[in-house]
Amino acid sequence: MTLTMFTLNAFYGLALAMNMFIIASGLNLIFGVLRVINFAHGMFYMFGAYIIFSVTKSWGAPFFVGVLAAAAGLAVIALVIERLLLRHLYDREHLMQLLFTFALVLLMSDAAKMIWGTDQYSVGYPPGLGGAVNLGFVVLPQYQLFLCVVGPLIAITMWVLVDRTRWGRIVRAATQDREMLAALGVNVPMVYAAVFTIGSALAGIGGALAAPRVALVPGMDATIINECFIIVIIGGLGNLWGSFLGALAFGFVVQFGTVWVPNWQDVLPYVLMLLVLLVRPWGLLGRPEVGH
Amino acid sequence: MLAFLVAILLLALLPLAGNRYAIDLATEALIYALFALSLNVLIGFTGNISFGHAAYFAIGGYACAILLTTYGWPLVLSLPAAVVLAGIVAAVVGYFCVRLTQIYFAMLTLAFAMLVWGVAFKWKEVTGGDDGFTGIKVPDLLASPASYFYFTLAMVAAGIVLLWIICHSAFGLTLVAVRENSVRTGFIGVDTRRMRWAAFTVAGTFAGLAGALFGMYHRGMYIENAYWTESAQVLIMVLLGGMYSFVGPLLGAAVLYLLQVFTNQYTIYWPTVLGLILLVIVLVLPDGLVGLVERVKARLVRA
Amino acid sequence: MSTMLHIQGLWKSFAGFVATRDVSFELEAGRTHAVIGPNGAGKTTFFNLITGHLRPDKGKVAFEGRDLIGLPPQKIVRLGIARSFQRINIYPRLTVFENVQVALIAHEHQQWNLFRPGRSLHRQETGELLELVGLAAEAAEIGGELSYGKQKQLELAIALASKPRLLLLDEPTAGMSPQETAETIASVRDIVKARGLTLLFTEHDMSVVFGIAERISVLHHGEIIASGTPDAVRNDAEVKRVYLGEQVNA
Repeated sequence: MTLTMFTLNAFYGLALAMNMFIIASGLNLIFGVLRVINFAHGMFYMFGAYIIFSVTKSWGAPFFVGVLAAAAGLAVIALVIERLLLRHLYDREHLMQLLFTFALVLLMSDAAKMIWGTDQYSVGYPPGLGGAVNLGFVVLPQYQLFLCVVGPLIAITMWVLVDRTRWGRIVRAATQDREMLAALGVNVPMVYAAVFTIGSALAGIGGALAAPRVALVPGMDATIINECFIIVIIGGLGNLWGSFLGALAFGFVVQFGTVWVPNWQDVLPYVLMLLVLLVRPWGLLGRPEVGH
Repeated sequence: MLAFLVAILLLALLPLAGNRYAIDLATEALIYALFALSLNVLIGFTGNISFGHAAYFAIGGYACAILLTTYGWPLVLSLPAAVVLAGIVAAVVGYFCVRLTQIYFAMLTLAFAMLVWGVAFKWKEVTGGDDGFTGIKVPDLLASPASYFYFTLAMVAAGIVLLWIICHSAFGLTLVAVRENSVRTGFIGVDTRRMRWAAFTVAGTFAGLAGALFGMYHRGMYIENAYWTESAQVLIMVLLGGMYSFVGPLLGAAVLYLLQVFTNQYTIYWPTVLGLILLVIVLVLPDGLVGLVERVKARLVRA
Repeated sequence: MSTMLHIQGLWKSFAGFVATRDVSFELEAGRTHAVIGPNGAGKTTFFNLITGHLRPDKGKVAFEGRDLIGLPPQKIVRLGIARSFQRINIYPRLTVFENVQVALIAHEHQQWNLFRPGRSLHRQETGELLELVGLAAEAAEIGGELSYGKQKQLELAIALASKPRLLLLDEPTAGMSPQETAETIASVRDIVKARGLTLLFTEHDMSVVFGIAERISVLHHGEIIASGTPDAVRNDAEVKRVYLGEQVNA
């Protein structure tokens, strides 16, 4: 493999990783704080992609308005779901919460069918990011460069928010002891609602950003939720940098897999997950739950 | 026991009514009943939720189909081989999954199931990919709907009896102990991880049997049978019927399957119906229909 | 008398908090030994380190010469150690009968028997054990619905079902009325004598301890500050300071 090809592939792998990280980080955040695995996260991603399609194609709005619309749309959907239904299940066993999100997937998939039908759609690259940057030995597409910038930006923002701010401290405390926090006067339901909303908005953003790269078809949610699971399992459930690492591993494995073992590259992430779990059953940066 | 024999007898009389449609419905309902019962070994008895049980159903189905059709093996070899293969894969996957618990376990089962789906999808030469594996060579003896129905009835009845024995054995009782208090169970000398592994394998084996019966019945296996939606459906069957009773899954399977057939005649939005059923279960009926019946009975007794 | 349990230099910390501080301890076979200390002294942690629920940072735990460190709880039980838990740890949704039956089945390695009906195994022995702890009348009741004192008795029965040589009881009379306490202690003493068990138990009710323990060790802030016969401990200056001092401040 030439240097050009290697760099190009590594670059595509990184861009894919960053897009996946944005989506998976939302799932990870929701689990980390609420201890809920949102199976509908893949659906939220799909809705994000479909929203940006509708907004840009049907209403002719610019791409970044579409991204905002996706974020806002998912935020609203998530908030409604959380306030109306999910919050009644926090005291139930995890199984019931999981099943609830399962039900969401079923309902939302039909909703998508009703709203957008079953045709395949596509979204174009935003003007200004549709070209490429010539580095001499390799030509890198601008959109992927953009993803490589946004991904780490979001990672750092999330890390700063959770680790360095007062709000972040509250969020972290909520994962440990909800009752104590409530006793201290913190509005815990609001924290939970905020986390679920933000995490789901991330799925929407990830979906919107992915739209130019992928085919918008029914079923795209299932592929994504599996890939997100692999990423957070590899990284360690609940760990932000774990998700980042997991996403990187995923991106590179899939990208180089496409080159070296075409047709089987979809199986490689599972192999990767298996290998990681053999050595570290709780993921690279994960730890077993205490008392769960 | 008596109820079981009566049910078998009644079902055995069904083909005499001559209604082809009823025979078809009953055949498929029986297959799903076995499939759901197998899952409940894991969910109801051991307390571990699997989101990827369709993988073993699919492996059983594909393996039997391929052995019968591509390799021309007789049924008497293909069927057991397929079941054993499903069990082996369940054992391998289970080995990894039981090292984790609860949600992590559930997610891992789903990930592995999608891996199986992926392999079925990509390995076109062997499985037919997304075209499916069609034209399964079912032995002439079982070619007619009535005869296949009796075959299915016999196999499913045998499966139910075996599972009943297993679930009520010392092994089954210990699984319940693992579910009820795994720390305590560790401290009476039980290797809880190995028990869960065994339960996983047993569950996968019987799912493989159901899958083999399914494939032969439809004369084809399709990758949808390995997709997460199939796993979701059998899971809902178990929950709808009631995971804490032995017969719950059987009831849930029959009800959900018939409901699906009925719904599909009127609308393409079966997933919505399924989702609503699941919502009702989660919000109101966690112990399923059997649980509901028990509660109503208790209230009537008190009145 | 041979040494049944040999503990040396045991240390355990939790994120900087030292729960167990350089504990060394010898338990002779056949003895009844109490570990006492005020709440928070680290008694349960000490037990958890012996029974494999916690891994010590440093130190040695040997049972009849066999090193216990790193063994999972189920292996430790098979070596002949059984315990009860301070916070009730029975099967709340199973019947009293099933609670004990399951333990007996496990003891006989029958959890791998896929064919013999669980309900029919060890019925007589289960009945005998329930009789022994005074729960024969409650056999068909649901474990979680028993009174607190009876649940503790059930804990004891489950522990005994594992046919231990060493019995560890973590605060067996916690939360009991004086009447229940006396009955429990009498029952435990009889069982231990009848079966020739070695008993190691924790308590913070001193009267209970002085009634039945042949040896006492006093745990304070994770450290053993005194160990010996009841009289020796009762008269130990350090013990007096800790207990009387605590009482004055309380």
